[in-house]
Amino acid sequence: MQQFFQALMAGLADGAIFASLALALVLIYKATEVINFAQGEMAMFTTYIAYALLTHPHFGHTLSYWPAFFMTLVIAFVFGVGLQRVVIKPLEKASVLTVVMATIALLVILNGLAAWIWSPELKFFPSPFPTSTWVIGGVHISKQDTGTFGVTLACVFVLWLFFRFTKLGLAMRAGAVNPVAARLLGVRTSWLLALGWGFAAVLGAVSGMMSAPTNFLSPSMMQAVLIFAFASAVLGGLESPVGAVAGGLGLGVLLSMLGTYVHPVTPELRLPVALLILLVVLLIKPAGLFGRVVVRRV
Amino acid sequence: MKPRLAYLGFVVLVAAVVIAPLLSSNYRTFQLAFVGIYLIALLGLNILTGLTGQISLGHGAFMGVGAYATTILVVDHGWNNLLTLPVAGVVAGLAGLAFGLPATRFAGPYLALATFAIPLSFIGLLKRFPHFTGGTLGKQLPSVHSQFGFHTNPSVWVYWTSWIVALVMFVVAWLIVRGRFGRALRSVRDSEIAATASGVSTAGVKTVAFGISAFYCGVAGGLFAIAVTYVNPDTFPIDLSILLLVGVVLGGAGSLGGMVFGALFVEFIRITWGPALLDLFSQVHHINTRAPGSSLVVYGVVLLLVLYVAPAGAAGLVRRLVTGKAAVAAWAKQSQMPAEDQA
Repeated sequence: MQQFFQALMAGLADGAIFASLALALVLIYKATEVINFAQGEMAMFTTYIAYALLTHPHFGHTLSYWPAFFMTLVIAFVFGVGLQRVVIKPLEKASVLTVVMATIALLVILNGLAAWIWSPELKFFPSPFPTSTWVIGGVHISKQDTGTFGVTLACVFVLWLFFRFTKLGLAMRAGAVNPVAARLLGVRTSWLLALGWGFAAVLGAVSGMMSAPTNFLSPSMMQAVLIFAFASAVLGGLESPVGAVAGGLGLGVLLSMLGTYVHPVTPELRLPVALLILLVVLLIKPAGLFGRVVVRRV
Repeated sequence: MKPRLAYLGFVVLVAAVVIAPLLSSNYRTFQLAFVGIYLIALLGLNILTGLTGQISLGHGAFMGVGAYATTILVVDHGWNNLLTLPVAGVVAGLAGLAFGLPATRFAGPYLALATFAIPLSFIGLLKRFPHFTGGTLGKQLPSVHSQFGFHTNPSVWVYWTSWIVALVMFVVAWLIVRGRFGRALRSVRDSEIAATASGVSTAGVKTVAFGISAFYCGVAGGLFAIAVTYVNPDTFPIDLSILLLVGVVLGGAGSLGGMVFGALFVEFIRITWGPALLDLFSQVHHINTRAPGSSLVVYGVVLLLVLYVAPAGAAGLVRRLVTGKAAVAAWAKQSQMPAEDQA
């Protein structure tokens, strides 16, 4: 039983990280029909920025964890908006394929830059949570897993509040559903896209900073997470934010359980298993668990 | 491009292939052999990405499948290495079909992200089954000096083998794309709805294109293994898959002839041009440009520049010289990732 709860908690913590990156993918996808390949590398890069804030003295002293955390979120937001303005906006009228290629170029550049600036070696990244555990009824619950889960879901919740209850959030949803009508009603859709990139970058930064303490900081740290996030988003239906979160948590728990109870599934097989799940979902239920079935007239 | 010009272009290519080793050092010949190998892979990826409009970030792994098929057959089963090439292609092609069957239900960008998982999963699988693949240590192949009583040094042997295979597969690719099937591919790229309305099975066409492209990459991978005489999980990283895609875009997505430029770029940017460019940059700015990661930055910046400045790639630039500016402008207006039939 104890093993089960530990696997569950570890799975939920992993799943929360997948969920936040999956949500970032869905956010950009819903607004522009573009899948941002650089999403994982943006997350990785902002985590390196957090690392720099934590370890290099700025104005004479280094920052402690939480100030660095929030400062990284602000930097990530500006970074995301900036990338959309500088790299993606000039391709506004280009085909989706061209824009996707541009995000692939960004992926390559950010990955290379991180290795160039900070060297490709694994780095230790601190966690704000202690490594000790709570013991409830004989079950050890890791404080770090619980903290990761809590912080990630809190960020997702704040974002949901923003979309649900603010005027700007409403405008962004309108721009995603029907850009032409939204523009006619005075919504500046082009800037909203940049805003979407900003929020996606913030979500990415959260997932990066939360996964770095366990997976270590390296230029390729988010590549696997991006695949897991994509599998989560597909599981949830790709257009549904709720689905992305549910898909992420579900995938995290499933992988953790498989790793604990099915012995042939070693850590090397986590990705192939995720890929298999992705393909099976596509075969059986292409619209995902929460997605709408898109009917196209031909 | 006019058919006559296309034939002329092919004759020039064959002539260049025959003359090049006579003018090149041993090392340069070896590099040019890799151009031929990359050309095979790019021809395959071009059928999927350039003609069918489906981005794949996983074709480096299909090269890996072919390379491992060749290596295992040669090392563990004592096959002649040339005879392994068709098997390498078929194994990779079947892997491609198996992946493409569900994955091509995705519209464009989804497929790309699903393919991103292939190289990462492939490396995991190689490490998981070490008794078969050699695990992280990989496997060593014998270097080739002679075959069929034809004695040469390894560079020259690899050069001729890869270019003869590349030229044959170039012609095969041309036969594939020029007719009815090629039209079906292009119709899927240009408008899936119109293609379906015209009776084209879009999922079927995409799956077959995926299989063909994986076959090409498998053959290229087999040759790659023979040329480098060593494979391990790090031989086929995600970077290779990305570089192949950059090669297709830079050569000119959709153009067969453009892939020759793409292959030249893939080989020389890695070894010669990229470092030279970075050295130039470091003289101006006094930063260490030989650090890891710098070459990736070069690929990425080149890809972005191509997307902004010359979305039709090298083939588009050549066409502009040959047929004049107006036609190209009209073409570029139609689509930002324009594609040409057989150049």
